[in-house]
Amino acid sequence: MSARTRRRLLARGALLSPLVLFLFFFFFVPLFNVMRSAIYDPVIARAFPVLSRSVEGWDRAGPPTPDMQEALIADLRGTTPEVLGDAVRRLNGMSSGFRSLMSKTTRALEAAPDPATRVDLLAVDARWGDPLRWQAIVDNLSPYTDRFLLAAFDLERDSTGAIAAMPPERAANFAYFTRTFVISALVTGLCILIGLPYAMLAASVRGRQRQLLLAAVLIPMWTSILVRASSWFILMQDQGLINGALIGSGLSEAAVPLLFTRTGVVLSMTHMLLPFMVLPVFNVLVAIPGNLMPAAAALGANPLRAFWHVLLPLAARGIVSGSLLVFMTSIGFYILPAILGGPAEQLISSLIAMYSTKAANWPMASALGLILFGITSMLYVVFGRIGTTPARRN
Amino acid sequence: MSATTSPAGTAPAHPTRPHPIIRCDRLSKSYGTVRVMENLSLDIAPGEFISLLGPSGSGKTTLLMMIAGFEEPTEGAIWLDGRRIDAVAPFRRNMGMVFQNYALFPHMTVAQNIGFPLKMRGTPRREIAGRVARALEMIELGALADRYPPQLSGGQQQRVALARALVFEPRVVLMDEPLGALDKRLREQMQLDIRDLHRRLGLTVIFVTHDQSEALTMSDRIAVFNKGRIEQIGTPDDIYDRPRTRFVAEFIGETNLLTGRISGGQLRLPDETRLALADGNGAGEGDEVVVSVRPERMRVIAPGTMPEPGANRLEGALRDVVYLGDHLRLQIDAAGQALVVKQPRAGLAPQPGARVALTFDAADTRVITS
Amino acid sequence: MNRMQKKAVTLSTAAALLLGAGVAQAQELTVTSWGGVLQDAQRKFYFEPYTAESGVKVIEDTWSGGFGTIEAMVTAGNPKWDVVQVEADEHALGCADGMFEKIDWAKIGDKEAFIPGTADDCGVGAVVWSVILAYDGNVLKDHEPKGWADFWDVKTFPGKRAMRRNPKNMLEFALMADGVPATEVYEVLAAPGGVDRAFAKLDELKPDLVWYDSGAQMLQLLVSGEVVMVAGFDGRVNNYNKTEGGNLKLVWPGSIYATDFWVVLKGAQHVSEAMDFLAVASRPENMAKLPTMAPFGLPQKAAADMVPDEYKAVLPTAPANLEGAIPVDVEFWLDNNEELTQRFNAWIGQ
Repeated sequence: MSARTRRRLLARGALLSPLVLFLFFFFFVPLFNVMRSAIYDPVIARAFPVLSRSVEGWDRAGPPTPDMQEALIADLRGTTPEVLGDAVRRLNGMSSGFRSLMSKTTRALEAAPDPATRVDLLAVDARWGDPLRWQAIVDNLSPYTDRFLLAAFDLERDSTGAIAAMPPERAANFAYFTRTFVISALVTGLCILIGLPYAMLAASVRGRQRQLLLAAVLIPMWTSILVRASSWFILMQDQGLINGALIGSGLSEAAVPLLFTRTGVVLSMTHMLLPFMVLPVFNVLVAIPGNLMPAAAALGANPLRAFWHVLLPLAARGIVSGSLLVFMTSIGFYILPAILGGPAEQLISSLIAMYSTKAANWPMASALGLILFGITSMLYVVFGRIGTTPARRN
Repeated sequence: MSATTSPAGTAPAHPTRPHPIIRCDRLSKSYGTVRVMENLSLDIAPGEFISLLGPSGSGKTTLLMMIAGFEEPTEGAIWLDGRRIDAVAPFRRNMGMVFQNYALFPHMTVAQNIGFPLKMRGTPRREIAGRVARALEMIELGALADRYPPQLSGGQQQRVALARALVFEPRVVLMDEPLGALDKRLREQMQLDIRDLHRRLGLTVIFVTHDQSEALTMSDRIAVFNKGRIEQIGTPDDIYDRPRTRFVAEFIGETNLLTGRISGGQLRLPDETRLALADGNGAGEGDEVVVSVRPERMRVIAPGTMPEPGANRLEGALRDVVYLGDHLRLQIDAAGQALVVKQPRAGLAPQPGARVALTFDAADTRVITS
Repeated sequence: MNRMQKKAVTLSTAAALLLGAGVAQAQELTVTSWGGVLQDAQRKFYFEPYTAESGVKVIEDTWSGGFGTIEAMVTAGNPKWDVVQVEADEHALGCADGMFEKIDWAKIGDKEAFIPGTADDCGVGAVVWSVILAYDGNVLKDHEPKGWADFWDVKTFPGKRAMRRNPKNMLEFALMADGVPATEVYEVLAAPGGVDRAFAKLDELKPDLVWYDSGAQMLQLLVSGEVVMVAGFDGRVNNYNKTEGGNLKLVWPGSIYATDFWVVLKGAQHVSEAMDFLAVASRPENMAKLPTMAPFGLPQKAAADMVPDEYKAVLPTAPANLEGAIPVDVEFWLDNNEELTQRFNAWIGQ
């Protein structure tokens, strides 16, 4: 390698390095952490190091052995409030009442500061006699767990360790996932229905008209999502502009409910994502040679069949990449459904937000995020291939 | 103007060609205030190969697109086989069409491309397969049936486009500069192939080109277009040997134009040289005219040699000689005009600057009145 | 959060700090409250006097609650907020988990001046507020709802109702609507079958329910007429009446009141300034001015007594308003929050 080539390579590397560093720290590191924390949850192991060494002799069904009781006391005396707090939060999530049990127990231990004093846990609180409480701790002493991934699919391990469905009153994730995909599919379908003819129109005209048509789709993208959500909120109220127009024009007698309905959410999401459909389709359409449609007509195809047999297959690449963009963006939507939707329109990201910002249950949030990421990647691989096949032929 | 409001279902009778398959009757076309075609009429006989020849913007493609149905005439009517079609949608006109750059469907195989017009006509699948196979055989591309157009060479694509335009056996085939994108050798080969197909299948072909030699090679008749009008229409011989206007004479092949006045049935050049003419072509005594003489009709002879009796003779200076293999192209200044002579080498070795004489028969002159 | 994660968060925090380094040099304190008229009043009566006295600039932020936000900030280290106003259960939770700095009562004053339970080593009582049934008096003119049973009565009062998108308080209201006396609500809720009963009652109303997350949303829903009743925040509702001349009505019996606490996040950069600030914010004469602008109750008796009479009547701490109202049972929610939240989300999502 000559000094010159080396210098050029170095210069290229230097130009790329901000992007590489950015991706590393703000994409790969967080991604790795999310994936890891979905299966790696050491908070309980960290809080109960002594206990983890003294559970050997326990039969899981009976009361705790004296060894275990002493080990737990040693652990409670030995950990910081932060470490214990993390563990208690997790335990309380699995079995309600752990928090008051723990604070009662730590208070009792503070009252007897001398480690030599024997403290009877069952005397402090009778709940310590319940093997289920001990199981909750013991079963989660291993930092590696499939509990969160299972829970993301509404599954859990029963007392024998076998995978079983969660009771319906706790099982919500599947409903959220299904709904996320149903709404995203609806939005994608609408975007195709509206975006394809629109892109065809934009591709068929030239100059100013084309610029105007494209600008009409793009301008809304310059507004922040929050502002647009609030505007939609005002538009879609029962006394809002849309209903005012419907009633005023006599099209409807009473206000059509739009706010907090699926219709409203799907409409606003479609509006928001339309550019992601129109632009790729438009790009493919303008690249189609201008004489193919006349050729189809000259060969006897009426406009509908020419569209079906010639234009649509040639636009397919744009439609697939547009659909992929729209669908993958939809499944991550959060703010719009939160503001405009009712509870039946909340998507999976609202659950992720709840687990992270409210419940501080990071592994659960990570597990849901990981599954979303997995599904998105799979879609990308499958449809990305379909989308590029015609291109490879050329 | 629509087919339904036209008086009868048949075209008006024509004095010379009783049964045109295509009749264009006083067509005009305007874009806003710009008139691109003016009162154009043209009859095309069944089985005829007619070329629409002219520079770009002369209206030849506009006429083709009107016949195909992609342009609507502002005024006038088009008849196909006695049926008025100028308001009929293109896909109902049932004419084969070969486009510039072929317009093959890139997402269909060669076989699917050729089968497309049959499929659109509801031909049974089995029959499509047979006819596509025969069409592929005709263009000798049977081995490439399952390829996609982008995988073919230009010539192969051209043949596929041709097969696709012919497979449904249309009576009229329209070709819009179909050979423009091919290199010279391939183009010449394809010219012969298309001519051959035309004869074998008894097709009516309307062929748009701006290449005069292509038009001369292939056509039964040539319509020379200029500024939205047909300047002259006739057989290749007619057009080449008897150009009616200066435009035609110059556009078709190379020619020498001698300007002068008619005087006693002869052409008097400004330097008083007199030249015998084949005929005056209607020009009267004293009229200023242009006379066309094709370069290959002139011969350089040794100075002092007398021409054959009745032949015209001019003397001049040889300015340049260009060797074209078996021919020479000589540029000569004579009688105050720059003339070109094309002749076989035949032992001739004139040097630039030499005095030469040239001669041509009166029969090879063509008086152009306009 | 594991160590890697912590490191990553620390790194990004460091980056954020670097960007804001120029500002961070100056003397300042970041205080986060709940926005709206409450924060406007706090700015006027607490933040500005504090800055005038100490020269320390107050940087404001706003949030809508969520223990996860605090946990993430504290675990990552270098929290960007110093003082935060948190809800009672967040206060108790963070206190148990060691998320807050110990309050320096020597600086602030007498802990005993506060109403019992509103001042401890983890936090200083900020305001007392209620979650309460509210409706627009101009809309429901002829027939006025009297309690949670009416909230559930869609025949007499057709239209949608808005509730906060979390189980806290909402389960209590469901039980009251089902006939449980306010004083026995937590007993029933903690007993076997109590939660099922509450959810069964919520089920009845589900088709007519709309959910809000923030106080601003709650108010917009009510005043725009999208809903006829809300289980909402008294402060926002009263303030709307005062500033916009609204005729929104509150039904005090059956409301649940709670205390918000000022806390100082563990590892905050300006702990000493934070304690000085809390001293200013806890002075009875400053506190007493708050209700003149934002209708919130006060956790200090001396301050409450100093509130001018014309502002007292709408406060949740007014004796008339306390009749039939109950305090939120923080202990119950600490023990059951995760389970009930999960169940609530499952229920709401089905």
